[in-house]
Amino acid sequence: MESLRRLHLKTLILIFIMVLAGPLGNVLLGKGMKHVGPVQLWPPAELLHVFTRVFASGTIWFGVGSLLVFFAAYMIVLSWADYSYVQPASSISYAVVALLAATWLGEFVPASRWAGIAVICIGVFLVGHTHPSTTENG
Amino acid sequence: MSEFIFLMFFIVVFGTVGEIFVSRAMKENGEVKNFRPGALIAVILRALRVRWMWLGVAMMAVAFFSLLAVFSFANVSFVVPVTALSYVVGALGGRFFLGERVNLQRWIGILLVCAGVTLVLIGRS
Repeated sequence: MESLRRLHLKTLILIFIMVLAGPLGNVLLGKGMKHVGPVQLWPPAELLHVFTRVFASGTIWFGVGSLLVFFAAYMIVLSWADYSYVQPASSISYAVVALLAATWLGEFVPASRWAGIAVICIGVFLVGHTHPSTTENG
Repeated sequence: MSEFIFLMFFIVVFGTVGEIFVSRAMKENGEVKNFRPGALIAVILRALRVRWMWLGVAMMAVAFFSLLAVFSFANVSFVVPVTALSYVVGALGGRFFLGERVNLQRWIGILLVCAGVTLVLIGRS
């Protein structure tokens, strides 16, 4: 019972790190890419030009760093917890993304979008209330 | 809009399938019990020996650059909730590729996530 509680606590701590670092990374990438400007996928020379501008942006690199923290926490938690548990449980980050985008980037978030994000969170709550591992090696 | 759908496909499908491959590679590696930096680096190096890891990371890279492209013209608060569509792909992949049991409660949650994404899409204009 004790080890099960420890497994839950360990899982929750890593999910908490994911929920903070993931949205922060996305918001930083969004901020950086708005500065880079609209991406043209064709011709290839134009794409190369965009690449150089993307990688010259400090904001993008901060975003990448934040996402690396997210990704490390994600990989570690996936070594014992089920993918179909971790992914839904971490989706509370959708609310965090919207909050950050609205307050920090000044994005207009319509009521239907807030409602949609709320419904996503209810879905997450339902999905998250199960044992973290259902496969035998968990 | 067609460019948006094209890029969202890469983000959702490649991102999710890539994550499932990475998950499979990490499970083959065994549970991470030691969180010291040296031990974590050893875990990552061991994971790189699993072929699923490389395939997974390559697919996630495609998804990442697609995400950057979408961010160049669409709002973060719009794009990120739409990526929740990966829950459908994720549940199906977890169920059929990793052999995880997805119970009724989880399916209902996943359906609600789909409903939420629909609401977000409606609010685009």
